[in-house]
Order: sequence, then structure tokens, then C-alpha cells
Amino acid sequence: MNKTKKVLVACGTSIATATVVATKVREIGQEIGVTVNTLQCKAAEARAKVGTFQPDLVVATTPVPKDLGVPVLNGVAFLSGVGIDKLKQDIINALRA
Amino acid sequence: MDRPPEDNSWVKTDLVMAPLHAQNAFEAITLLGSRLYAAGYVRESFVPAVIEREKKFATGLPTVGIQVAIPHTDVEHVLRDGIAVGVLDSPVTFGEMGNPEGTVEAQIICLLAATRADQVVILLQNLAEMFQNPEVLQQIVAVQDPVRIAAILNSHLKTVKEVS
Repeated sequence: MNKTKKVLVACGTSIATATVVATKVREIGQEIGVTVNTLQCKAAEARAKVGTFQPDLVVATTPVPKDLGVPVLNGVAFLSGVGIDKLKQDIINALRA
Repeated sequence: MDRPPEDNSWVKTDLVMAPLHAQNAFEAITLLGSRLYAAGYVRESFVPAVIEREKKFATGLPTVGIQVAIPHTDVEHVLRDGIAVGVLDSPVTFGEMGNPEGTVEAQIICLLAATRADQVVILLQNLAEMFQNPEVLQQIVAVQDPVRIAAILNSHLKTVKEVS
């Protein structure tokens, strides 16, 4: 049976880099057989969205608070390529948790 | 879609500044943004909006070798799709995206002007793939010629052309 996980993706405007990251996170989910629902938000909305969306994981391209009560990963590697393998592994671990 | 077919490449030679000389990130953004404004791509509010956003949400990317920055802002400041590209003679410091303590010595600046969010996304996906190839970034810095720089960039932004 497919698992479903919720991932909140935060960036400055909730559009540009968050969409790039959200697409990548859903692709990773597909590769490991986990259905990923993503929601994009602005960094400033992250805390409120964690309350309402109740994600299993937050991936951000802007600084967000670390005390959101769910794992928070920096998604910039999807844009720079630096550390991309570790980021993918961290996301896989979080999606399988 | 709004652009004639012969003119659908993202990077125009007259929007490439190489070599670009600037004291800091904001001067580089201002110089590139003025080029976009003069060519009718953006509103007068564009440069101040990009700088304000850059202060809050930095766009330097710690790529391997040559480092880059992708300053941008909301679509309401933009009139036509385009990118201004600056290749600096000596790098300027940008904040690192996603890391308030980090900085990046950016030598290539892609100032993005897009009228629709979905265009920005496709453009960013293409740029991100290109940024992950250190040799392409080296090549862009090495050629020092706006015509060839535009050609290299456009060859990596094909999907954008096909979609738009």
C-alpha cells in the first residue's frame, strides 16, 4: 500500500524556488513509492501552515524557524547542486519515517 | 506566447553585461536592472523591489567553482519576460539562499524578469540544471563576449523556449 506524506515547502515568495523544490520532492517520493502532497508557502507563514497543514517535513529555501516541531531541511541544494545527494537521502529518510 | 517566434530566446545579447564592474551586490543589481528598464522589460519599481527582496531573502547560490546569484521579485514589477546577465570582472558578495550566516562570492548574476510565475519556475529549473555543471559556468566567465554568453545560456534554456 502506498504511503502518503505531507511536505510543506517554504520560500520568499512561495512561488519560484518553492515550486522547483516541491517538484523535486514529489519526484523523490515517486521513486521510493511514497505519495507526497506538497503545499507551498512564504517563509513568514511557515509556522501557521505547520499548524493547519500538519506536514511530516518542511523543506525551505529561506531561513525558517527550526522549532516547528517537524524536521526542517534546507532545499537550496536543488538549485545549486551542492549537497544534492545528501539532501535527497535526508528527504528519503524523512518520507520513509 | 506573447513573443514573436524569431524572438523567443530568454537571453538577449543587449541584456548581457560582460565584463560587469560593481562594488557590491546592490550596485550590480542596479546596473543590470537599469538595462532591463531601459529596454522596456520592467517597471521603475523593479530595481528597488529586487533589492528589498534580496535583503530579506538572499539569492546567492554556493555552486561549485564559479558562484552565481539569481535575484528576482514579484511579477507585478515586470512588463516582458527576460533575463539580464552580468559576468563580473571581480565577484561581489551576496547572501546565501536559505542560510542567514552564509555568503557567496557571485561572479555570474542572472537577474530574472518574468511576467508569469510558471515561466519563472521553468526558467529556474533550467538554470538550476545548468548551474550544476561547473564547466558551463567556467565557460561563461571565460568567453567574455556577450554574444557567446547569450548563446551558451540560451542553449541551456531550450525547454523554456519550447514551452513559451
